[in-house]
Amino acid sequence: MSSLSQALWVLLLGSLLGLELIGKVPPTLHTPLMSGANAISGITVLASLTLIQKAGDNQALLLIGALSLGFALFNVVGGFLITDRMLAMFRRKGDN
Amino acid sequence: MSTELLTDGIDLVAVLLLGLGIKGLSKVRSARGANQLAAVAMGLAVLGLLIEIRPGPMAWLWIAVGTAAGGLAGVITALRVPMTAMPEVVALFNGCGGLASLLVAVGVALFDAEGAGMVALVSIAISVFVGAITFTGSIVAMAKLQGWLSTPAWTQSSLRHVVNISLAVAALIGAVLLPGDPAGLPLWLLVISSSLLGVGVTLPIGGADMPVVISLLNSYSGVAAAAAGFVVGSQLLIVAGAMVGAAGLILTQVMCTAMNRSLLSVLFGGALGASALSGGGGAGGEAGYSRITSCSAEECAMALEQAERVVFVPGYGLAVAQAQHALRELAKLLENHGVEVSYAIHPVAGRMPGHMNVLLAEADVPYEQLLEMDTINPEFPRTDVVIVLGANDVVNPDAKSDPSSPLYGMPVLEVDQARQVFVVKRSLGAGYSGISNALFERPQTAMVFGDAKAVLNGLLSELRSMGVGKVKVGV
Repeated sequence: MSSLSQALWVLLLGSLLGLELIGKVPPTLHTPLMSGANAISGITVLASLTLIQKAGDNQALLLIGALSLGFALFNVVGGFLITDRMLAMFRRKGDN
Repeated sequence: MSTELLTDGIDLVAVLLLGLGIKGLSKVRSARGANQLAAVAMGLAVLGLLIEIRPGPMAWLWIAVGTAAGGLAGVITALRVPMTAMPEVVALFNGCGGLASLLVAVGVALFDAEGAGMVALVSIAISVFVGAITFTGSIVAMAKLQGWLSTPAWTQSSLRHVVNISLAVAALIGAVLLPGDPAGLPLWLLVISSSLLGVGVTLPIGGADMPVVISLLNSYSGVAAAAAGFVVGSQLLIVAGAMVGAAGLILTQVMCTAMNRSLLSVLFGGALGASALSGGGGAGGEAGYSRITSCSAEECAMALEQAERVVFVPGYGLAVAQAQHALRELAKLLENHGVEVSYAIHPVAGRMPGHMNVLLAEADVPYEQLLEMDTINPEFPRTDVVIVLGANDVVNPDAKSDPSSPLYGMPVLEVDQARQVFVVKRSLGAGYSGISNALFERPQTAMVFGDAKAVLNGLLSELRSMGVGKVKVGV
C-alpha cells in the first residue's frame, strides 16, 4: 500500500504544481498554451509503451497497445508541431 | 541498480522540464522555447521508459508500427492544416489523446486484469470514463466547429439533462460492477455510456463557447493520462497528467473570464442566444432593427480614400471567410496612399482567444500594428474610418451603456467613438449572444453586406480604379 500512498502524493503535488504554474496568461497566448498543454497530455504514450511491453505474445493486446501508441503520438507530435507553427508567427522583426 | 538510478534521474529531469515548459508557455517571449523544451522533456520521458522496460523484438515491431503511423499522421496534420482551422485541430488531437488513455485501460481490463488490485481496477474505471468523455466530446466539438454538426433542438430543452443524468448513472453502475468482472459486460456498459455522455454534454453547447469546452476537455485528457498512470504504475505519467489537468483547469477559467462567461453557464446553460431568441429562428434570426443604413463597396472605398487614420476590427466572420490575406493587401494599399492603418484586437476576437493574432501574423501583418483593446480604445475618437469585419458582440456599445443587456459589463472596442464606421457583415443576423447591436443603428454607421473576403476584394478593386496606390507602386 505504500506505493499507493506514494502515487497519491505524486498526484496531489502534481496537481498543486499545475495550479500554480499558470497565473496570468495574455489572451494572445490562450490558443498556443492550450495546444501546447494538449500535446503534453499525450504523455499517455508512456502507458501505451508499457502496455505493449506487458503484452508478451498476446496479439490482440499488442494491437490495442500499438493503436493507443499511434493515437497518443498523433496527439504529441501534431500538438508540439502545430504549437511551434503558431508561436513562430509571433516573432517579428525587432525581436529576432 | 544503476539503470534504475539512471531512469529515475531521466524521469526527474523530464518532470522538471515539463513544468518549466508549461510555465514558459504563458509568456510571449519564452513561449516558443518553452514548447520546444516540453517536447524535449517528452522525448526524454519516452527514452527513460524504453531503457527501463527493455522491449523485446516483438514489442519493438509493434512500437515501430504505432510510432510510424501516429507520428507521420501528426506531422502531416500539423504542417498542412490551415491556421483558420486551429480550434478543430486542437480538438482532434485532444480527442486522440483521450482515446489513447481509453484504449490502454480497456486493454488492461480485457487481458491483464487477473490479480489486479482494487487500485488498478478503480483506475481502469476512471481512465475509461474520463478517456471516453474526452474522446467523444472532442470529436463532437471538432465536428461542430467544422460545421458538420448543428445543435439539435432537443438538446436545448431540459430533456438533455434527463438523458445525460441517465447516461452518468449507467456509467457509474458499470464502474461499480467492473471490479467483479473486468473483461465482461460492465466494461462495455462503462465504455458505451461514457462515450455517449461525452456526446450528450458537448452537443448542446454553442459554437462560441467551444474554445472553453476544448480547454476543459484538454484538462480532462490530463486527468485521463494520470488515471492511466495509476493503471500501469507510472509516477511520471501521474505527475505529468495531474499537472496538465490542473493547468488546463486554470486556463479554462482564464478563458471564461476573458469571454465574460461563467464555466457553469457554459457547461449547463445550453447554446447562448438560443433561449434569448426562442422561437425567433435561433442565431440566424434578424433582430428588429429600424434605422439601418447600408452602403456599397464603392461608397466605403471613397471614405477610405479620404481617411487619414483607419482602424480595422477583425472578427469571427473574417476568420470564417479566410479574408486575412485580402485584408493585409487592402491595408498595404492604404499605407502606400499615406493612410495610418492599425488593427484593433479584442481579446476574444476570432474563433478562440488569441486566434486572431495567429491569423493576422500568418498573413504577414506587422505585429506592431496589432493593438490590444486597452491601447486602441483611447484612439477611436481621432480615427476617421473604422471597418468592422465580421465582428459583432465585441463592438456592441450596449455592453457599456445598457445594464439590461446580457453583454453588459463585457469590455468592448469603443468603435462608436470614431467618425465613420463601416460594418461588413453577411446579414443582420445576431452575434453569438443573439442580441441586437446598437452600433448598427448609430448615425455614423453604415452596413456593407457581403462576405468579408468578397467585400475586401471589392474595396481593393474600387480603390485601384480610383488610382489609389498606383503612384507609389514601385516603393
